[in-house]
Amino acid sequence: MAITADHTPASTPEAPSTAWRGFVSGPWQDAIDVRDFIQRNYTPYDGDDAFLAPATERTERIWAALSEMFPVERAKGVYDVDTHTPGTITSHAPGYISRDDEIIVGLQTDAPLKRAMIPNGGWRMVEGALKTYGYETDPDVAKIFTEYRKTHNQGVFDVYPPSVKAARHSHIITGLPDAYGRGRIIGDYRRVALYGIDALIAAKKVERSELMMEPPTEETLREREENAEQIRALDELKTMAASYGFDISGPATNAREAVQWLYFAYLAAVKEQNGAAMSLGRTSTFIDVFMERDLAEGTLDESTAQEIIDDFVIKLRIVRFLRTPEYDALFSGDPTWVTESIGGLGDDGRSLVTKSSFRYLNTLYNLGPAPEPNLTVLWSPQLPEGFKEFCAKVSIDTSAIQYESDELLRSQCGDDAAIACCVSGMTVGKQMQFFGARVNLAKALLYAINGGRDEMSGKQIAPLSAPVGGGVLDYDEVRARYDELLEWLAGTYVEALNCIHWSHDKYAYERVEMALHDRVILRTMACGIAGLSVAADSLAAIKYATVRPVRDETGLVVDYDVTGEFPTYGNDDDRADEIAVDLVSTFMDKIRKHPTYRDAVHTQSVLTITSNVVYGKHTGNTPDGRRTGEPFAPGANPMNGRDTHGMLASALSVAKLPYDEAQDGISLTTTVVPSGLGRTRGEQVTNLVGLLDGYNVATGFHVNINVLNRETLEDAMEHPEKYPQLTIRVSGYAVNFVRLTREQQLDVLSRTFHGAL
Amino acid sequence: MSVLSERSTCCEDGRATQMAALRAGEIGSVHSWDRSTDADGPGTRLVLRLSGCPLRCQYCHGPDAWLMRDGALHTIDSALARIERDAPLLVAGGGGLTVSGGEPLLQPAFVARVLRGAKEAGLHTALDTSGYLGRRATEPMLDDTDLVLLDVKSGLPDVYHSVTGRDLAPTLEFARRLADRGTRVWARFVVVPGLTDAWDNVAAVGDHLSGLENVERVEVLPFDQTGREVWHTLGAEYRLELTEEPDVDVMERVRIQLRASGLAVA
Repeated sequence: MAITADHTPASTPEAPSTAWRGFVSGPWQDAIDVRDFIQRNYTPYDGDDAFLAPATERTERIWAALSEMFPVERAKGVYDVDTHTPGTITSHAPGYISRDDEIIVGLQTDAPLKRAMIPNGGWRMVEGALKTYGYETDPDVAKIFTEYRKTHNQGVFDVYPPSVKAARHSHIITGLPDAYGRGRIIGDYRRVALYGIDALIAAKKVERSELMMEPPTEETLREREENAEQIRALDELKTMAASYGFDISGPATNAREAVQWLYFAYLAAVKEQNGAAMSLGRTSTFIDVFMERDLAEGTLDESTAQEIIDDFVIKLRIVRFLRTPEYDALFSGDPTWVTESIGGLGDDGRSLVTKSSFRYLNTLYNLGPAPEPNLTVLWSPQLPEGFKEFCAKVSIDTSAIQYESDELLRSQCGDDAAIACCVSGMTVGKQMQFFGARVNLAKALLYAINGGRDEMSGKQIAPLSAPVGGGVLDYDEVRARYDELLEWLAGTYVEALNCIHWSHDKYAYERVEMALHDRVILRTMACGIAGLSVAADSLAAIKYATVRPVRDETGLVVDYDVTGEFPTYGNDDDRADEIAVDLVSTFMDKIRKHPTYRDAVHTQSVLTITSNVVYGKHTGNTPDGRRTGEPFAPGANPMNGRDTHGMLASALSVAKLPYDEAQDGISLTTTVVPSGLGRTRGEQVTNLVGLLDGYNVATGFHVNINVLNRETLEDAMEHPEKYPQLTIRVSGYAVNFVRLTREQQLDVLSRTFHGAL
Repeated sequence: MSVLSERSTCCEDGRATQMAALRAGEIGSVHSWDRSTDADGPGTRLVLRLSGCPLRCQYCHGPDAWLMRDGALHTIDSALARIERDAPLLVAGGGGLTVSGGEPLLQPAFVARVLRGAKEAGLHTALDTSGYLGRRATEPMLDDTDLVLLDVKSGLPDVYHSVTGRDLAPTLEFARRLADRGTRVWARFVVVPGLTDAWDNVAAVGDHLSGLENVERVEVLPFDQTGREVWHTLGAEYRLELTEEPDVDVMERVRIQLRASGLAVA
């Protein structure tokens, strides 16, 4: 049953004077400016975790009800699917886990864990997923999205040139969001709580009148249409909230409403968009302002404050999308990247840590470890000690959080920035990105050696060039050819991304997320590279050892005979590390040469998600000794097992990669065994804080910290039922270990476990 | 940076010049630079391992650091530059510099200059030593040492001799001197089954240490086989080939024994 607008709201909108009682006034009252509101009103907290409250019985009851459903979902792949109703903001009637028991309400469909079809990205993805999980396709829906309504996927392929198709098919450019939603756009969901929908619509109407006065260029017309869609989406959001009995036309009047309003806004986004990463933003300190006011007014106690956050986080944990196994091979473990950025400092030097920053992290104790929401701490050595120690404790106990350098992020995006997906920083409500997946730098090196032919299929993919000579590989010659190849690759890649985002804006526009942005925003074209450590080590082998190509009968180089020793990236050895640094800068320079759709600013990431396994599978033998099909290291990691000088040396090599040349983020995933961190728990906490401070000072951008023993993972492979909540950080996100494919579990086990640091 | 290459281009009396430079601490023979957390003193540490050692411990993890001539020669300036490069990271990591070996006190002048430089860079300093050459540690050097990691190896003189090939007395003398001057000490004791784990040997360790008020903690470490490959590579006779790691029970018994002597045991 769809929602209609004739529901009677249970509450009436409050005038801002009531809703904003007690808040310090400022420019935020005259225009949409959430940052200004936070800065004037938040209460920094520099104490420890002693104030935190445990889960209430009610929280445990709700979580237990869901926990009973998870094994069924894990076994079937999906719990349930609505095969008849494509998801929109208002497509589904209200859904509940336990109606009378819930504090924060709202589900993507009319029942928990029931997934909706969101076909605007591409019908084939939906059809494939239904087939995989044993559901019949509704012929009426199929007809709509094949005959009447064009999808993003079709749009892209109407404009792709043959060169892009070939590069895509041969896996030198991979993971492109051309058949699924691009994601990585963060709506400023806080705006709904602070201002209410009506004020946001009014502001969008002001933008509209501006647009009507501008000359009707193609760009203006597109913006006018987008603006109309944004206003429509805000109206629908209000309608959806009303169906749950809430009138969100005005601002939230207390903490519970603030969380509810904010969640409705986020919910509207995940009802309508199946984006690869649907991140939440930076909400904890914003919410804390409402919490502090309620606590001061005596209408809230700590237990209830925690209960509101726990209930909110339960909702975020059960966001689900309908996806195919091919998609899962790239992004395994069913991640949604409900990334929430916590902590950091303000431009004025005050810590942005509040009690609610602790409350968000405390959900990992109250509800047990979980991969979502993707809790991300913006780290600075200047954060309060009590918070730093609590983060380290949570990492040691749950392996569920990731860290990004607040210092670097703030230098680029200011102090109201959040991480989308894994490592992509953006100013909330003022910046978005065009997600661009990544190219395979290791495979590109093999193309350079083979004159543009694919080392696995033998097909000519890149433009024909002379292959290298027959004898020992000469570093300078290989490097020069690689440079030419990368030049071609960058051009082909940016063209692919331009095609994709032109089509996505047209056929799968993120209405509600963009309604929660300013009109004038910074767009980035987020390119990416994979296989950095393989490429760097291969070049180091060619430079410092003796590498002879081995050819098949067609002359194609299919293997390498390596004699002698060579330095490898990941040991704080400049000889190898400088090659990696150079590759990052070189490719970024080449990317920048090509114009982008909507004049987006070029950026790149060194990140693979879990696709390091798939990239490896599609890449032949490499000169560093890696065999055909062997997985790459994730992200910017040193190759598995080659970082032999301990965790710190490994991290310092990664920290050398220049953030200025990889502003979409540089990802490091590292695993230490608990005993390696220290003998006592106190020492472990102190030492982990020290490591994080040190890595930060060395300009490391991102790190996933796992504190785990290999034996635990091996046991979990054999007895998954014993480890339903075992969480590990893989590459920019966390997963339930038992939900990874066996191949990916083995990949995780093959990574370096640092015993002694 | 290594100055090995300079050696070959040196003038005729190069070797004599080099020996003089080593004695003066202008250059040092370095096994490796390493970084660690928790294993070599508090926090995240830069570890300078020097080459050369007068002891021949049966359970040595790094017999490739026994001979000074096997190390790479580093100038004091290059060593200090390395330390300064890491200093911000080490300060942030709550750690500092540890000079280890081999036996660092085989190169006392170099060590003294390194420790001075580290103090000038604002770092916490630790000296990891057996104490056998404790007499070579000058007072200014110890003034620049915040913590001594003292590997006591054995409590009974005959066991000490069997483990190391040398006498216990100089170590005890050094320990006493450190106590008298108030230098902080973390003592270490490696439990090797059948070699150091006997009740009376452990009790003797406890007796020696319990009288020293500057010993803040005793780290009891289990023997393991991580050094085996190095022994094989060197072709040296490795007498612990078949020795296994101590049982958890034995480790616990040793800790209890030392705690009974009033020591803080980690």
